[in-house]
Amino acid sequence: MALYPRPRSALIPVLHLAQEQDGYLTEDAMVHIGELLDITAAEVYGTASFYDMFFREPVGRHLISICTNVACMINGAYELVDHAEKTLGIKADTTTADGEFTLEEFECLALCDKAPCLTVNWRFFGPVTNQDFDRLVDDLRAGRLADVVPPHGTLCRVRRTVGLPAQVPFPGREGDPMKKPVRDGDGVGAAAGAPAPPVDKRTPGERVAEGQQPAREGAVPQVDESAAQILGPEGTDTGPTAGGSRAGGGT
Amino acid sequence: MTDQKTEQEQEKETVSIVVDGKPVEAKPGELVIAAAERQGVYIPRFCYHPRMRPVAMCRMCLVEIETPKGFMLQPACYIPVKPDMQVITTSAKVKKAQDGVLEFLLINHPLDCPVCDKGGECPLQDQTLAYGPGESRFVEEKRHFAKPIPLSALVDIDRERCIQCDRCTRFAEEVAGDPLIEFIGRADELEVNTFPDHPFASYFSGNTVQICPVGALLARPYRFKARPWDLEQVESTCTSCAFGCRVAVQSSSNALTRYIGIDSDPVNHGWLCDMGRFDFEAVNSADRLGKPLMRKPGAEGDEDELVQVSWGEALGAAADEIERARSVHGPGAVAVIGGARLPNEDAYAWAKLAKAVIGTDNVDAQLGDGLPAELVLGLPRASIDDACSAPAVILLGPDLKEELPVLFLRLRGAAINRDMPIVELAPQRSGMSRYCRTTLAYRPGEAAALARALVEGSESDVAGVSAGAIAQARELLEEGAVVVLGRPSLAESAESIAAAAGALAKLPGVRFLPALRRANVMGALDMGMAPGVLPGRVGLAEGRDWFSGAWGAVPPSRGLDAAGILAAAAEGRIQCLVLLGADPVSDFPDRQLARRALAGAGSVVALDTFLNPSSRHATVVLPVASYAERSGTTTNIEGRITRLGQKVVPPGVARPDWMIAVELGARLGDDLGVESLEDLWDEIERLAPSHAGVTRAMLADRRHRDGVVAPIADGRGPDAPPSGAAAPDTGASETGTTEDGAIEELKIIDPMGTPGLLATAAQGVPATGVAAADPRDLGSAGHGDGGPRPPLLAFSAPTDYTPPGVDAYSLRLVAHRTLYGKATLVQNAPSLAHLAAPATARANPHDLERLIAGGGSRLRVRSRRGALVLEVVADAGVPRGSISIPFNAVGADAGELIDATRPVAEVRVETP
Repeated sequence: MALYPRPRSALIPVLHLAQEQDGYLTEDAMVHIGELLDITAAEVYGTASFYDMFFREPVGRHLISICTNVACMINGAYELVDHAEKTLGIKADTTTADGEFTLEEFECLALCDKAPCLTVNWRFFGPVTNQDFDRLVDDLRAGRLADVVPPHGTLCRVRRTVGLPAQVPFPGREGDPMKKPVRDGDGVGAAAGAPAPPVDKRTPGERVAEGQQPAREGAVPQVDESAAQILGPEGTDTGPTAGGSRAGGGT
Repeated sequence: MTDQKTEQEQEKETVSIVVDGKPVEAKPGELVIAAAERQGVYIPRFCYHPRMRPVAMCRMCLVEIETPKGFMLQPACYIPVKPDMQVITTSAKVKKAQDGVLEFLLINHPLDCPVCDKGGECPLQDQTLAYGPGESRFVEEKRHFAKPIPLSALVDIDRERCIQCDRCTRFAEEVAGDPLIEFIGRADELEVNTFPDHPFASYFSGNTVQICPVGALLARPYRFKARPWDLEQVESTCTSCAFGCRVAVQSSSNALTRYIGIDSDPVNHGWLCDMGRFDFEAVNSADRLGKPLMRKPGAEGDEDELVQVSWGEALGAAADEIERARSVHGPGAVAVIGGARLPNEDAYAWAKLAKAVIGTDNVDAQLGDGLPAELVLGLPRASIDDACSAPAVILLGPDLKEELPVLFLRLRGAAINRDMPIVELAPQRSGMSRYCRTTLAYRPGEAAALARALVEGSESDVAGVSAGAIAQARELLEEGAVVVLGRPSLAESAESIAAAAGALAKLPGVRFLPALRRANVMGALDMGMAPGVLPGRVGLAEGRDWFSGAWGAVPPSRGLDAAGILAAAAEGRIQCLVLLGADPVSDFPDRQLARRALAGAGSVVALDTFLNPSSRHATVVLPVASYAERSGTTTNIEGRITRLGQKVVPPGVARPDWMIAVELGARLGDDLGVESLEDLWDEIERLAPSHAGVTRAMLADRRHRDGVVAPIADGRGPDAPPSGAAAPDTGASETGTTEDGAIEELKIIDPMGTPGLLATAAQGVPATGVAAADPRDLGSAGHGDGGPRPPLLAFSAPTDYTPPGVDAYSLRLVAHRTLYGKATLVQNAPSLAHLAAPATARANPHDLERLIAGGGSRLRVRSRRGALVLEVVADAGVPRGSISIPFNAVGADAGELIDATRPVAEVRVETP
């Protein structure tokens, strides 16, 4: 929360954390987050219900989202959905009885070059044929993809332990930061004429080694090699953000 | 000063734009939709509301605006005017856009107008008729929801009708500060709803119903009660508290059906609280008193009971009781408590009856829960607008959200939009604290010491507040301040707050806005319904000559206030106690004293609308007309006099209080010399110095529809433009000619902003006829006998006040009111009665930990007066050493613990 100019700005990242913990957003979690961020539960609920990546019902261990937007549709996405429904024995937007799989149709996943594509727990696969799909399901069931596909709800396996707190004087951030446009040209506010805030070039591990307090208690950095590969450069240091799943392919 | 000048200069600047080929002068920064409307060009809209930020959600107001790329469709509610802007509102392109938007909005609208409460006053219906395509290409199934579902105990939502304009959700967040309703879901599944099982429990929820442009939000008390074209309405002022919100009172078949807030720029901005909006149910209540009652021996002869009698018998009995007390024990044996419920005219009639005819000065409109009359009347007064535009506000008063809810909205708005610093001096955190720059939580009983430290500075901690916090607060007050002054806790004596006011008055240029809550308490005090004062804010001594000339007599010396009267009655020194719509047993802070007083008084004459715990003990009960059943005028906290409208007739043979005063006067052998409300107001205007010049003609003038602030000599008088006229964004219809007495249409800021007003104005009788204006000029002439008018009371407040020492073994009591409680109006309004929360005490977690060492959360709270057993919960908003108990909650009642003679109530807490 300290990373943001106002506590409520942390809402979406905190919702992701809650979803990572419980697999979906429980009412208790939303009430608690409201208390944490000093907003009403209704405001949390309004945001949580807007975004498709937040679930208010339990979902399976593996969330399979098949893109049915134009590019994928032309390349047989609906046929893939039909096949997936047959393979898993469920309709789209439902969960298998054993709690292993939830199948959903999704709008554009931004992997049009590998249509038809899908994500499993927000990790990309494509192009996917019916055979690929069956193999994928078998592999997931057998746990052979554990390195590539993290548990459902995991936005990012790299945890930021130290970050730029919002108190750093960004140019133009005097007073209420929300009332003035913030010029974050390259992410650290190197606007002309203004002194750039110090950029910490140490690795998270070094920072911890130097005795700085981790942002979250017990959040020792777990640098997962495969996840680090999957995630794009913006994913390696910024931690959980709404756009964090838009990263490179991981087939 | 330079800032003010530039502001004024800016106000004078205008921006010229062209709307449909006609030049229009607009204010800088004004939105196109508002600028056009002022010139009579109406652009249809749903989401735009002049009192809220624009969001351009509904796209109904698309107009063509010239851009470097040529004319383009843009939302008029979102685009501020720019010099030489070209706007086209009637082209084929605009028409096509309107058709498209309406067709789109109606895709999922159920078109169930015949069974919809909004039918007949619905902006969607009206604008579809005026601007819509008439046909839809949509043949698919509409979306379906369960309907209606409750959002709160008062508001239902029909989600199928909703067009997602964001008015209600914006209101909840932006104006009320209770963002408990939100858009849930997205796209075609978007709905307005609450968090599951977290109802829209806002004190202002009714406003969302008022501003809903479709029939989606429904107030349960009005649902299926009437159709808009069956409603008649009259303009009036809400008297649920003393803030004076302007309302349209609407009725059908001689029963009140609803109130709608009128946008009065200096007062309520169109908003009402839910208590004010829905307590009309109490007026309709079947339990209202309709016949006079008298105590007579019961059928068995062993127990007295109240039986119905004729007016003649009841008035005769009441006059006999007063006469007997007066002739045997002297005028001082008669006392009158109450009068804040009365309109000004009625209060004046009773003040005249008590002080001139009966000759007693034992008169008090306040029930020991206000401030000394001389202090209130002498305060250098600030208006509500002054408070909201002040450099800073010092809040030393009750929890405004609970007692003066719309004042809370106004100050909250100023704190958020203007960043106005509010320094709160309170014995506990209040609903306002969140919006205050600092809350100095002082030890109950020591407000005066803290106020002095705030003015003079302090090196050490004062009243439990750190020196650092005081110094920080002082910095906020450097440019001057307005003090909102009331009683933060009923367990802290009024003297303590009076002394604090005396200290704060030393701040340079300071002015005060009284925060007293009883309906027309300010008017009653103005009319002399308090010991030591006479009508027109005049002291007894200063006004003696003037009023003995006019009235024939005035009391020889200052009488007793409510606490004094009740103490005297308890000792048997009051032979006849008149309760003027007062219920001391429920409302006087010291319950025990009130009960002993009623038992000890020789006889009790009660004028009331309901039988309440006090009038149940009366010898004679006289039924009176209540709100909306009589005309008159009322005065709000800033001294603004507005007219009350009569819309329905009283139950049975109930009468206005002034008529009873006149009748009693005649029976006591003295004619009050008035036959009508008009006579009464003319006499007030002639005699009361503070009201000189406030003629009936002026009050009836549509230019003064927002009322007149008395006295008018201070620049806000008749010569000054009515403050509403200069308001930005009003887009009011042009001021019609008023000199010939022609009555304008209701001033509607935005016909779609307040659906319901326009429809009933067009289809019902016009909102007028409150009291016919009399153009006779009665203002200049005095009555000739008493010499010059007496001067108005000057400010005087004690400054020396020594708080009691701290008793380490006790907690100090904070007794506060909540909006919904045991009050008569709330308890007789079925929709509100069940909202009253059961009494719970709150204490600081540190104290509580110590107190509940024995386990269990129910504790016995004991004072010198009495004891209560109630639930105690932890609340860090209560400072250590204090305990907070609601005063008017159902169940346990802090009044049982309060001793009116003590400066502060101290209590011990123990396991029961």
